[in-house]
Amino acid sequence: MSVLARQVARRLGIFAVTLLGASVLIFAITSALPGDLAQVMLGLDASPEALAALRAELGLDRPLPLRYLAWVGGMLGGDFGISRLSGYPVLQLMAPRFAVTGWLVLFGMIGALLIAVPAGMVAALKRRHWQGFAVNALAQVGMAIPVFWGGILLVSLVAVRLRWLPANGYVPLSQDPAGWASHLVLPALTLSLVQGAVLIRYVRSAFVEVLDEDYYRTARAIGWRPAPALLRHGLRNAAMSLVTVLGLQLSAVLVGAIVVEQVFALPGLGTLLLTAVQQRDLLLVQGTVMFLVLAVLAVNALVDFSYLAIDPRQRTGESR
Amino acid sequence: MKRLQLWLGIALVAGVVLTAAVSLVWTPFDPIRVVPGQRLLPPGWPHLLGTDGFGIDIVSRLMVGARLCLLVGVISVSLAAAVGVPLGILAGQAGGWVDEVVMRLSDVVYAIPAVLLAILLAAGFGASTVTAMVAIGVATIPAFARVARAGTLQVMASDFVLAARSSGTSPLATAGRHVLPNVAPLVGVQASVTFALAILAEAALSYLGLGTPPPTPTWGTMLRDAQSYVYTDPLQALWPGLAIALAVLGFNLLGDGLRDHLDPRLREVS
Repeated sequence: MSVLARQVARRLGIFAVTLLGASVLIFAITSALPGDLAQVMLGLDASPEALAALRAELGLDRPLPLRYLAWVGGMLGGDFGISRLSGYPVLQLMAPRFAVTGWLVLFGMIGALLIAVPAGMVAALKRRHWQGFAVNALAQVGMAIPVFWGGILLVSLVAVRLRWLPANGYVPLSQDPAGWASHLVLPALTLSLVQGAVLIRYVRSAFVEVLDEDYYRTARAIGWRPAPALLRHGLRNAAMSLVTVLGLQLSAVLVGAIVVEQVFALPGLGTLLLTAVQQRDLLLVQGTVMFLVLAVLAVNALVDFSYLAIDPRQRTGESR
Repeated sequence: MKRLQLWLGIALVAGVVLTAAVSLVWTPFDPIRVVPGQRLLPPGWPHLLGTDGFGIDIVSRLMVGARLCLLVGVISVSLAAAVGVPLGILAGQAGGWVDEVVMRLSDVVYAIPAVLLAILLAAGFGASTVTAMVAIGVATIPAFARVARAGTLQVMASDFVLAARSSGTSPLATAGRHVLPNVAPLVGVQASVTFALAILAEAALSYLGLGTPPPTPTWGTMLRDAQSYVYTDPLQALWPGLAIALAVLGFNLLGDGLRDHLDPRLREVS
């Protein structure tokens, strides 16, 4: 087997094992409860007939391992189960909400990069000057701001005081593109600001490493100005660490999106999940969490594959 | 500059600890009892930051909120370190399949962020301070395991460990005598940074209604309540958010300051 194929196979193996482990963990937490699950879901005043029916429906009469296998087997076939309260398939409930969360995460990530890359470059180039210190200080402050507080502050400033943008709600893109955009600006900006602050220090350290490299020194010596030299020669090298960090930060952005959805009353996956928790709709909770974890793991696997594209050394198996 | 960071961190953390300690014996007003006649008073005297939608003094609530933020931080960070550090040292010392198993397990836990884990626990067991602490603690185990493992690998490659092993010191004794003392500073830095994360996660959970239930005042639930008044009284949302931000800033600065203090070389790269 070539080095490349072996690397890909090993990474895919890790992805599968982690996914399997996560599914066991998720199932165990929500299903291995002490006491009667049907009683928990229906409440204490439920009739014995209703309890028996629900137990049969959930397969509670079967042993736990079998129930787990049935759940996982269904998901592999694209069946995440039926939401108990609404009666709809879990996947069908998630689909329209996925778009909201997906847009939010996408724009949040892009915005964070647009903030962090220039700011991180300044912090690296001017690291011994007041500009670098100012960027670091701002990043520290940004990292300390809880994302929902940032959202509330933006609402009270931009939506309530200035009346520039709507304070909450959502319009699908297909219905009204302008309304869709105006409803997403503040939530995406909230996520971008907080995540951007977290990213700045990673961008900074990635570029600081480049500053010590011989190729940068050579570029400077033959007359390149610092910023162009860093962009022309440093960006591809910094991209390695950046892509890693973006992958690792994805789960943080996703959690941020779940919280931000609540600030702006957006009908996304987070709202679906929290409603399901309040209603004790356990299959819906399991399915949504599993889907979110799958998304995070899949993106991180893609990140690892992207090293092979960014860094030719990884393809030949030579150590870096 | 480095000194400034460390001292600012220490000052902010000390401020939070002191506030929480004072709140145990004294608060300006009752932090829980609803006073219908004094709703939404503006900042002034005797209510320095005014009162909230229940007519309760905001300063008093903020002071009591510091207690819960520290409690959740201490418990969850201790839990994470108590499980993660031994596992990390074990993985680093044993290597081979033990290392592989520990790291894969840590990948599994790492795949589920603290807030999602807390949502799962809340769905199963109902939301409480305990589920929040357990979720944050368990979710941050991998961070400690990785830091401890990386430190252990470094120590294991050193000459003094080679000498100890060749003179017949048992692995357990090596771990206690040589590895742990060298890993401890790294763990300390990690603890401080994780503490900041724990405060943020706890605040987010309280805000979502998945943390400590009312009437216990927490900064997150105060923000949740304050959001209803964003049109009429936006100042309400300022104070609890500021409290969270200052506490998080304190622990982050403390962690960074400690890191620079322990290893000045690290400042240039990280």
